[in-house]
Amino acid sequence: MLETRKANGEVITGNVKLIHAAGMHARPAVKLTKLAKKFQAQISVRASATAEWINAKSVSKIMTLRAARDSIMEFKASGEDAEAAVAALVDLIAADFPDTDP
Amino acid sequence: MNMPPDIAGQAYKGRTASIGFAHGPFVRVEAAATDGRAVGTPPDEEHALRAALASAGRQVAALAEAAGGEAAQILEFQVALLEDEEFLEPTFAAIRDGTSADAAWTSALAEQIADYNSAVDEYLQARSSDLADLRDRVLRTLRGGDSETLKIPGGAVICADDLPPSRFLEIDWSDGGGLALLRGSPTSHVAMLARARGIPMVVQLGAVSTGAASAILDGEGATLELDPSSERVGLFERRRELHRKNRASARAILRRPAASWKGEKIRLLINIQQVQDINHSDAQYADGIGLMRTEFLLAEKTELPDEDTQYAAYDTVLRWAGNRTVTIRTFDAGGDKPVSGFTEDGEANPFLGVRGLRLCLRHSEIFSVQLRALARAAVRGNLKVMFPMVTTPDELEAGRALFVEAVGRLQSQGIDAVLPPLGIMVEVPAAALTIDRFKAAFFSIGSNDLAQYVTACDRSNGALAALIDPLHPAVLDLIGRVVEFGTRSGVAVSLCGDMAGDPRCVPALLSQGLRELSINPSALAHIKRTIDELGREGRRE
Repeated sequence: MLETRKANGEVITGNVKLIHAAGMHARPAVKLTKLAKKFQAQISVRASATAEWINAKSVSKIMTLRAARDSIMEFKASGEDAEAAVAALVDLIAADFPDTDP
Repeated sequence: MNMPPDIAGQAYKGRTASIGFAHGPFVRVEAAATDGRAVGTPPDEEHALRAALASAGRQVAALAEAAGGEAAQILEFQVALLEDEEFLEPTFAAIRDGTSADAAWTSALAEQIADYNSAVDEYLQARSSDLADLRDRVLRTLRGGDSETLKIPGGAVICADDLPPSRFLEIDWSDGGGLALLRGSPTSHVAMLARARGIPMVVQLGAVSTGAASAILDGEGATLELDPSSERVGLFERRRELHRKNRASARAILRRPAASWKGEKIRLLINIQQVQDINHSDAQYADGIGLMRTEFLLAEKTELPDEDTQYAAYDTVLRWAGNRTVTIRTFDAGGDKPVSGFTEDGEANPFLGVRGLRLCLRHSEIFSVQLRALARAAVRGNLKVMFPMVTTPDELEAGRALFVEAVGRLQSQGIDAVLPPLGIMVEVPAAALTIDRFKAAFFSIGSNDLAQYVTACDRSNGALAALIDPLHPAVLDLIGRVVEFGTRSGVAVSLCGDMAGDPRCVPALLSQGLRELSINPSALAHIKRTIDELGREGRRE
């Protein structure tokens, strides 16, 4: 997984601390994957520096992170809109998953 | 099945999942039809499953929109799963290998459900019922079963084997009604929904006759009666009315400020056996948690729980408690609570054996994991920790040394950790008699074991029930000594045994000087009322 990188694209990374009191439970996981799916980029996430990278667009994989409050969430993305994707995901977590849906 | 109206119908007993009363038409909801599906070629099967998934997705999305709020958020998770290719891939892989669509789906979901079930975190556990719900909905659609909504008359007593959250939400509860499940559990997601909506619910009824026109469901007594006679209905109505009055006065009592006696505030805390106990409707009125047992962590599976699993459980309770204190007791295994791979086998007299802190000090590798989890949790709230079954001050100090070491290790790893106030359970007479030798931040009297050891009566031996009297003067004398020392030296003393929840014992405990009692959540209203009444009697004297 570490080697997945598009020939033309560089890998964008970003870190953010999970401040959500309940950790990465279903509601935040749904919001995170919904947002990730808005981007074309291939996006991976992990909740500890030693863990395997997982697909940030898969809600079932996100749930397996079992990320607790104060975990450092690490993103990496490659593809055309990779930079925007990582920025948006980091913002979502930093803002503690605000309710923005209409 | 017409029965003469004056003959009482059948009655069944189960377990309470949500308190309340319902009287109405009896509706039996059958489980989805199984089998009978013709299996096609792998491409046919894949196509059939894709269609069923899409249809299930539409059904759940429509339900979510109609329900709104918390229920919608529960269902949105299911919608997200249906759109998750990584989640669906193992099912499609099995279909390509020749497995039928329903078998492939069922087995892929079974693996996920088992995974969620193994989590100690209550939030994650609750998700397993969402997955089961999703599994059944897709199977019903796949098998061409009932995708239509249930046609249920208002106010009905609905009886099913089990009921998933989405089907609960499909039912119109606006005219009341009740839920009677043959299986099910009081801690399930659907039970949480029923409690939130005030729908009476009884689970684990076993086998129930299918044919009946009407039923009464008593969520307090956990009984279901089919085709009740008018006489039975009359009795039921009286119970319902009594319950309404009791609840109103209990709630009024609970909402009042702290209990007081002779002008002094009496703090009432609760005992919990597991994380879910904080969901009890009266728990919110407690002044804190006086005893959180941790043995449930050892009962979960064959393996002992890791640090993160334990931390998640402690953290959930601390978050719930907010500013209130939470006293967690370290593993009290041994005695009548054996744990394979931890407790000693073949002890002739386990109650007088290697149990509680004695056992933990022998297994510092297991104990240190718990202490690390507690030291991390201590950062998160108002945590106090106590050791059970302490006999000498040396044991307390040995436990403290391990705790200090665990905190030091965590901090050197850059992990937030702090040593919480450390107390002991007072349940060994030797400790109660020499209480002034213990350098503890607080004492919690475990009256069950204290009475057992003082009266030399095995508390599991029913033949001695009359002798093991917690009001024996010797037991009260020891309690008085501990309280007296605590008051003199400024160390808080509480009592967390069954005595505290027994209205017969409360006057004696208050007379001995206790001002802090820890009891089961269900006893809160009763004990608060008992103390208030004692206070009134006191003023009249």
